[in-house]
Amino acid sequence: MQRIGVFVCHCGSNIAATVDVKKVAEWALKEPGVVHAEDYPYMCSEAGQSKIQAAIKEKNLTGVVVCSCSPRMHETTFREAAERAGINPYMVEIANIREHCSWIHKDMEEATKKAVILMRAAVAKVNLNTPLKPGESRVTKRALVIGGGIAGIQTALDIAEAGYKVDIVEKTPSIGGRMSQLDKTFPTLDCSACILTPKMVEVNKHENVNIYTYSEVEKVSGFVGDFTVDIRKKARSVDMDKCTGCGVCQEKCPSKKTPSEFNRALNTRTAIYTPFAQAIPNVPVIDREACIKFKTGKCGICEKVCQAGAIKYDQEDEIITEKYGAIVVATGFDMIKLDNYDEYAYSQSKDVITSLELERIMNAAGPTKGHLERLSDGKAPKEMVFIQCVGSRCSDDRGKSYCSKICCMYTAKHAMLIRDKYPDVNVTVFYIDVRTPGKNFDEFYRRAVEDYGVNYIKGQVGKVIPQPDGKLLVRGVDLIDNKQILKEADMVVLAAAIEPNKDVRKIATMLTASIDTNNFLTEAHAKLRPVESPTAGIFLSGVCQGPKDIPETVSQAGAAAVKAIGLLAKDKLMTNPCTAKPDELMCNGCSQCANVCPYGAISYEVKEINDHGVRETRRVASVNSALCQGCGACTVTCPSGAMDLQGFSNRQILAEVDAICR
Amino acid sequence: MSIVNSQADKIKEISGSNPLKCMKCGKCSASCPSFNEMDIKPHQFVSYVQNEDIQSLVESKSLWKCLSCFACIERCPRNVQPGKLIDAARQIVVRQKGQDYLKADEIPELIDPETPQQLLVSAFRRYRR
Repeated sequence: MQRIGVFVCHCGSNIAATVDVKKVAEWALKEPGVVHAEDYPYMCSEAGQSKIQAAIKEKNLTGVVVCSCSPRMHETTFREAAERAGINPYMVEIANIREHCSWIHKDMEEATKKAVILMRAAVAKVNLNTPLKPGESRVTKRALVIGGGIAGIQTALDIAEAGYKVDIVEKTPSIGGRMSQLDKTFPTLDCSACILTPKMVEVNKHENVNIYTYSEVEKVSGFVGDFTVDIRKKARSVDMDKCTGCGVCQEKCPSKKTPSEFNRALNTRTAIYTPFAQAIPNVPVIDREACIKFKTGKCGICEKVCQAGAIKYDQEDEIITEKYGAIVVATGFDMIKLDNYDEYAYSQSKDVITSLELERIMNAAGPTKGHLERLSDGKAPKEMVFIQCVGSRCSDDRGKSYCSKICCMYTAKHAMLIRDKYPDVNVTVFYIDVRTPGKNFDEFYRRAVEDYGVNYIKGQVGKVIPQPDGKLLVRGVDLIDNKQILKEADMVVLAAAIEPNKDVRKIATMLTASIDTNNFLTEAHAKLRPVESPTAGIFLSGVCQGPKDIPETVSQAGAAAVKAIGLLAKDKLMTNPCTAKPDELMCNGCSQCANVCPYGAISYEVKEINDHGVRETRRVASVNSALCQGCGACTVTCPSGAMDLQGFSNRQILAEVDAICR
Repeated sequence: MSIVNSQADKIKEISGSNPLKCMKCGKCSASCPSFNEMDIKPHQFVSYVQNEDIQSLVESKSLWKCLSCFACIERCPRNVQPGKLIDAARQIVVRQKGQDYLKADEIPELIDPETPQQLLVSAFRRYRR
């Protein structure tokens, strides 16, 4: 039999104004196992905690019930207090008589009745509580960052600076990500490459950082502190140690017709290539689909011209297996495909482009060497029209339901840059709302309007009609003037919605990290844990979590790094002891628990079981307590009642229900 | 002819469209080929229904200027589809009890040998209540 103490908190007047706390304490003494009951104005205060500790010692208590606020608030406080007084922390239960009672009721008599019932349920549970001991697991002092854009680079740098080893896995041949494709950045208009490349160099040179480019995460197993990851290093066909990055192979390569990924397919690249001049590593890869040597066996020019002898046609994919304590996802974004937006004539006219394509056109290293020109005939445009929210804020099935967040600002940037460099070009922006919440953001947009004369029209465009003379007829509406507008434009720029990188679904599945309906990774708590995945040991950096601009991405990348460092700094992890535990005698190995487990914590083993004197070999469930998060899905799924959650066993829950219904 | 406010609900019901979903982007009006002919513009239809001013709608020229080309329905990013609201407002008018838009004895005159029988039957069903 337990010896239980019940402690009823007034919470100032938060509880005591609605619940007769003295009465709750009196009633508590009538409950089985209760040997002590008292009330106090602030149980969570130092003095309140001392009262609990004193009672534990004087009355030899084995269990404690605190009738107070939500366990989310102070369960840890009271459990730690009890532990210091010598009893197992899991012998402490909270009856929530504040959020669940005093705050939501007005009638004192009714509220007191309910508080008594809640107290009873907690006492009934403590009567069946058993001491639980958290397990320990080790922490591998190495982090993995998936994605080598600005988010991944910043996270890796911050973790490396704290003294921990970091590996970056980047799918493309170079780190740099989307930011490397941008020409200028808002709201300061500094050149993107000028601020990004020093970071790329820094992360590449850092002794604690190891970068795998042209590589992908293939398999993830393990759990927080102890992940094992297989990384596929795709065959580059170039020896990274021997290559000097002279670039002769790229000059001589006769296969020149592959659309350049980096320039958004606005021009072409060779089969052996580095995506851009400042690529890191500055070692080309051979695109085997485009390479004549790989397609026909004849060519081999790059091998002949390579002074360093770095070309390796026979190089094969390599699988690297490494252990990590923490994993940061920084997989970034892409623009949505515009196939479903025929009305904007994107696929009909070369002069209808996306904003990211304009970014490449404006860039000195881009397909037009930075000259603003129509891609159809190379002529300089005189009239430019920007269309906002293409595929953003849509509730139809063509677009995305969310606001892509960055488009208002980059469009103001584009408009301003064009008006600055080409004052004779008229720029019109059709917008629904201009959203500029950010430091110096609205001022930036106002400059576009007031100082640069950009014509902002409140209204959408219904159709872009390519004309026989090559012009684009834009039919839009001005909702302020209540007029339909017909405008001849030379170029139309679409602010296409952004979406998470296509591969994120695959990666989230490997990590058992949850994603939302838009394929953005879900946070553990939208406000209070925004850079952590609900899956322990997985952290989120950059746009993979939701649309954001560069300053926000960099802040979040730092925050994700701090969370990862906090984990890596620990030698051992205490695991939550409230995990599922199968009764092997009752388990029939049906696999239903493993199917519902969101954390991959349940596996099966074939074991010899002594079933009441009969020795049998059976397939039974086994729970990895380091992976189990104690959600309880398996316990309610198990058809034979073999699975139970420690600390929340079926018996305990039913005892609580019985106490409430008594 | 008097139309009460609860007709707004009728319009929402017939059209199956929810004006509250509108984000006031104006793409409907930007798409409308009859825009210049209309006194109440397609995007305003949404707010008229929202504000339950159905009387103005049914008296508007726009009701009969809409070509039912479905451009606004096709392109509406929020599934509000003003064209359906306009069509529903037309329905409200043609469903008025006692308002005969087609009388049986007028039909022989209207008959064209090319007209399918089906069309006459459905027109009669629709406009003669």
